[in-house]
Amino acid sequence: MLNTNLTHVLSEKEQLELINNNENVMICCGRMGPMCIPVYEAMEELEGEYKNVKFADMEFDSPDAKVIRNLPEARSFQSLPFTIYYKNGKVVKATSSIQSKDQITAMLDEQLVDKILV
Amino acid sequence: MSSLAFIIEINMDNQFDVIVIGAGAAGLTAGIYLSRAKVKTLILNEGAVGGQMVLTHEIANYPGVENISGYGLARIMKSQALKFGCVIKSNIKITSLDLNDEIKKVTVNNKEIYTSNAIIISTGGKSRMIGAVGEDKFKGKGISYCATCDGDFFQDKEIIVVGGGNSALEEAVSLTKYASKVTVVHQFDNFQALEYYVDEAKKSEKISFIMGSKIIEFIGDEKLESVKIQNQSTNEISEIKINGVFIFIGYVPNTESLERIIELNEWNEIVVDKNMKTNLNGVYAAGDSIQKRYRQVTTAVADGTIAALSAAEFINDLKKGVGEQELVH
Repeated sequence: MLNTNLTHVLSEKEQLELINNNENVMICCGRMGPMCIPVYEAMEELEGEYKNVKFADMEFDSPDAKVIRNLPEARSFQSLPFTIYYKNGKVVKATSSIQSKDQITAMLDEQLVDKILV
Repeated sequence: MSSLAFIIEINMDNQFDVIVIGAGAAGLTAGIYLSRAKVKTLILNEGAVGGQMVLTHEIANYPGVENISGYGLARIMKSQALKFGCVIKSNIKITSLDLNDEIKKVTVNNKEIYTSNAIIISTGGKSRMIGAVGEDKFKGKGISYCATCDGDFFQDKEIIVVGGGNSALEEAVSLTKYASKVTVVHQFDNFQALEYYVDEAKKSEKISFIMGSKIIEFIGDEKLESVKIQNQSTNEISEIKINGVFIFIGYVPNTESLERIIELNEWNEIVVDKNMKTNLNGVYAAGDSIQKRYRQVTTAVADGTIAALSAAEFINDLKKGVGEQELVH
């Protein structure tokens, strides 16, 4: 299990439940490595601002993470983490490698929802 | 200035003795020293806490700690700073800096204004990019800046490592665990790395070298497929089929926003004296963004300590009412 304060997706079943039961979902699939940690930290901070987005992580090396690793949208990816944005159960955006909080915010605003300020 | 900004500005919560900009090893160290000395300190950081240190998988030469990840060391430093009462705000955007007056002003996210009597700039550095055509397009799709993160995507594949310093050659050797062939491409005819790293790389049967050459273009459809390499002496261009490129060509200081504010040298590094003082009164700098030869966690920690002690002395003198001329360090 990844050492973050995000919701952990531990199986393919949990991943399916998460994306089917929530309109907007962002899952970061990685390891506790240098390119992944900044993305988890940005997500933890954004969780308080985007109340209608579910933020979660998934361990890249778990067998069930094939549900992310084998996505057509990720077939060209060769850097961790794989970050996937879902709307109504469908992939709307996928990125590979480190992303800044600004980049993630732009993708959330563009692909998912209006920001709800608290 | 808007009335809202004014209201925020006079809020005591936004007034500090020292504001540290940057939360890498230098900035966190400054935060630890200042907060422990009861100097009211705020650290503002545009990215994730830890800076370049977090990008290091394993640190084995930090005295007193046998082996730790960069992330682990950063977490401890952050925890120490917080324990002493330091305030840390990360993943923010600094939109304005006013360092000339006695009271320094830092505007964050275009709406929050923080003030202090002294500033420590420890904005660190970032990986230098090659600047070749296609580099942005293939980042994460064949181009990587982290061997330990992405090495296993290149199992039994052919890769290039760009660079001739310690990091480049150390990572080239490390990548032979995965890749079937590693070609080191370096723009000069000799290496900048220490002899040990050069010897280790030359010992490996999987590693070959293309010297005096630069990558000028990354080519592919969805992912990287080949690169164009130009010989720096003959200008001859060749195309090599390749699965991945790892780039380790050093760092550039994060000082773009300081260009017309503070004295920088020809490499855009902040000019400081032995007390880490810049050309501006009450403004200090530390870590990878200053002019210096060696960039290590240990040197950043030392810089942060000196900058913190200098800033603390400056604040102390201010509180005692020492005249400005006497405050020259």
